[in-house]
Amino acid sequence: MGLYNDTVMDHFMHPRNIGEIPDADGTGIYGSPACGDMMQVQIKVDENDVITDCKFKTFGCGSAIASSSMATTMVIGQKVEDALKITNKSIVDRLGGLPNVKLHCSVLAEDALKHAIYDYAQKHGKHYAELDGFDPNDHGTAPDEVTHL
Amino acid sequence: MSETRRVYMDYSATTPVKKEVLDQMIPYFTENFGNPSSLYTIGLEAKAAVEKARAQVAHLIGAMPSEVYFDGGGSESDNWVLESVADQLKNKGKHIITTQIEHHAILHTGEYLEKHGFEVTYLPVDHEGFVSPADLEKAIRPDTILVSIMFVNNEIGTVEPIKELAAVAHKHGILFHTDAVQALGNVPIDVKDLDVDFMSFSSHKIYGPKGEGGLFMKHGVKITSFIHGGAQENGKRAGTENLAGIVGFGAAAELAEKNLEQHRKHCSELRDYLMDRILKEIPDCVANGPTDHSKRHPGNANITFKRIEGESILLLLDSMGIAVSTGSACSSKSLDPSHVLTAIGVDPETIHGSIRFTVGDFTTKEDVDYVVDCMKKVAERLREITML
Repeated sequence: MGLYNDTVMDHFMHPRNIGEIPDADGTGIYGSPACGDMMQVQIKVDENDVITDCKFKTFGCGSAIASSSMATTMVIGQKVEDALKITNKSIVDRLGGLPNVKLHCSVLAEDALKHAIYDYAQKHGKHYAELDGFDPNDHGTAPDEVTHL
Repeated sequence: MSETRRVYMDYSATTPVKKEVLDQMIPYFTENFGNPSSLYTIGLEAKAAVEKARAQVAHLIGAMPSEVYFDGGGSESDNWVLESVADQLKNKGKHIITTQIEHHAILHTGEYLEKHGFEVTYLPVDHEGFVSPADLEKAIRPDTILVSIMFVNNEIGTVEPIKELAAVAHKHGILFHTDAVQALGNVPIDVKDLDVDFMSFSSHKIYGPKGEGGLFMKHGVKITSFIHGGAQENGKRAGTENLAGIVGFGAAAELAEKNLEQHRKHCSELRDYLMDRILKEIPDCVANGPTDHSKRHPGNANITFKRIEGESILLLLDSMGIAVSTGSACSSKSLDPSHVLTAIGVDPETIHGSIRFTVGDFTTKEDVDYVVDCMKKVAERLREITML
């Protein structure tokens, strides 16, 4: 009997890709401590625009940590433009679902990842159509801004 | 992290039924199953068992047995008092005073009454959760009909100055109710000395069964029924009595009275030991609630672990067999952080990392040591993951 399914618990108990990348190509932060969850994502991108490494640090509940972990596994090995297609919904689907009440503000990875890729794009003079209209100042400081499902 | 030991440290959520309580209940499910309203022997015997339990509960709080009414639990008692007093005195006034740190059974009933034309004042508390009699005095208006202030707070354990608060209400001729669900069996209670008009209590917080509770109503104070139907409970609470539940509540009350001092000593020693070890051995922790432990629930500890989140702590402790609760928003269905910790001025960021530990009669020193050792590992591990 658990609050979460086995996949979620596995990623919570044994999170993948925790940590920081000292020479990261892009860093993104999303969420706020006041809301109870906040995530940092860092990416390393090679010359073919493939994400070769991705690490995270998350302050948050079980589903925030599990979805952060799952997101990093989905990103590594992807082309940047494909990584931009990852949504909170696709992360939750890969986790086999989350309790309804948890969907609202515990899945931060889509936004944190977009921030990291935006940072990378800025630093490397890249342009991605998927980032058009992206607001780099929105770090999701209010819970309502975090609903993307 | 695959320990199999099980440590329950959430006695304010509920308690196990003690064996000596259960033993007294069992016959009332089977051979002594009579309806207390029936006029033949097994009915009369059942009725006598209900009256014995009433005397046991009354004795624990210094009341007359005829001042105790059995019902379905603390929440029903709270709803009953607020709604019935409001209904009965609405021509006198439509203002009720309570506090910001009440149980939801009071807060949500208050909100319900607000939708029905009543005004409710929610008194603030100080940084340790205490309500000030002076604040109550200031909040009283000519149309105030009821003051309802909890005896002991369920999250941070604050024991409110009920006697002083009731005196303020009575000075103005206003009825006084206290939700004593967390107080019963944990602090000495004498309703005569406190001079309250109503008191809510619950059986499952004192090693009795769930689904059973009661309301003390002072002689001379009459409120209408909340559940309409038969003439049970002196016409005040209809419905065939939860016979075995009542017997269990009575037995638990008698036991609680007998054990009160020993229980308080046992719990407060273990609680103090738990708090000392955690605050000394785990970095970046803050204790919430009264620092004067004589004004605190004997088993309650509430501690914030900075930079990590309560639900994650709860889940990892659960994986090690440990049961605790948290004030974090992420653990609540509403996603609101604890209203109690908010009211005492803890910032939202810190509330998310708060854990309530409550020890009880079955907690041992070894349990506390195990919990502290696990908590150290959990804090270390989550602090490796956290970005704060």
